[in-house]
Amino acid sequence: MAMNGVLRPGHAALRVLDLEEAVNFYGNVLGLQETGRDKQWRVYFKAWDERDHNSVVIREADKAGIDFFAFKVDGKKTLEKLDADLRAYGVSTERIPAGEMLETGERVRFQVPSGHMIELYAEKKDVGNGISYVNPDPWSAASEKGIAPTRLDHCLLYGPDIEKVQKLFEEVLGFYLVEHIVLEDNKTDLAIWLSTSIKAHDIAFVRHPEPGKLHHVAFLLDSWERVLRAADLMSMNHVSIDIGPTRHGVTRGTTIYAFDPSGNRFETFCGGYQTYPDHQPLKWTMDEVGTGIFYHDRKLNDRFLSVVT
Amino acid sequence: MAHYTITIDETGETYRCSDQETLLVGMEKLGKQGIPVGCRGGGCGVCKIEVVAGDYTKRRMSREYVSEEDEAAHRVLACRVRPAGNMVLRVIGLMKKNVCRQAE
Ligand code: FES
Ligand SMILES: [Fe+2]
Repeated sequence: MAMNGVLRPGHAALRVLDLEEAVNFYGNVLGLQETGRDKQWRVYFKAWDERDHNSVVIREADKAGIDFFAFKVDGKKTLEKLDADLRAYGVSTERIPAGEMLETGERVRFQVPSGHMIELYAEKKDVGNGISYVNPDPWSAASEKGIAPTRLDHCLLYGPDIEKVQKLFEEVLGFYLVEHIVLEDNKTDLAIWLSTSIKAHDIAFVRHPEPGKLHHVAFLLDSWERVLRAADLMSMNHVSIDIGPTRHGVTRGTTIYAFDPSGNRFETFCGGYQTYPDHQPLKWTMDEVGTGIFYHDRKLNDRFLSVVT
Repeated sequence: MAHYTITIDETGETYRCSDQETLLVGMEKLGKQGIPVGCRGGGCGVCKIEVVAGDYTKRRMSREYVSEEDEAAHRVLACRVRPAGNMVLRVIGLMKKNVCRQAE
């Protein structure tokens, strides 16, 4: 399969209530690497195995939540084309100049019907993963510091009109539906999982009355054992755990949901099957929705549908 | 470290909470119920309470769920408040219905 167009999630910009507390959490507990701070007081991080300069950007604000979520595209030409395609589709876009975010090229920003700001960009400085590009070792000291996920993996966002969001992601950005939960009417989706790659999801949405909400940002771990190690580290550091370690029925991923010190949910995620655009989407019905979300508990917890930032 | 008695007005539930612990985590630790538990970080608003009586200290909480007027009127988030004396509180968060039903 040729990988072109939209490549992968690139960065998530999050709001936190206390910057230094969050810096300690993302840096020392989650084990991301701090890569810079800018004039707007934003702090930049990347996961140890990511090569581009940043994947998580935090700023202090009076409310928690997500400012924007971005995808990297395969070049400047694609960026221009997708900007034009979005406008032709009726979506207004904004160009944010190169350098507005550290080491990051020009971004195209637009709002999707669920109320979220999504960005596309083609360029971000390759700072490497700390391992040589020639005769590389498989891992480094950085891969053991804190929970130490390998990369930003996906996010789950809550908002209205997710069928319109799906159409936009499919028709303009080239994503495809991998799994969905259908409400009792057997027509309306409660939730959709969308991929732009062979990952079981790159972004997901749950139907929710308030726009622009964050359910979680997920970080990838290499094994179930690393998920269990993450749970130990969370408890050692008094991290607020939502649920897990457990498995999702949807995507088959193993998981922990937990919260950063400002209440933004994050996920330490491992696995998920590989998929292709010609695969038939998998469907979950409301009588098995608990199994779909939390495969072992077989029921939703109170927090799944109501706790968002 | 001092301990205080916290009373949840509607249910009459009481628990002891130290001044090192938030009202929410103090409740959870003892296996008690009454205040809905969400993110525990002041971000999601589900643990919103009204302090009817008692002194407390607080940390920053999301303006999305606690306005300045709320804060002035002691409508705060239980996960961002630590007791500085015995307290009486009322649960006013969004998930109140769920939790009060479970607690009954
Ligand atoms: S539990 Fe989320 S704000 Fe208190
Ligand atoms: Fe996830």
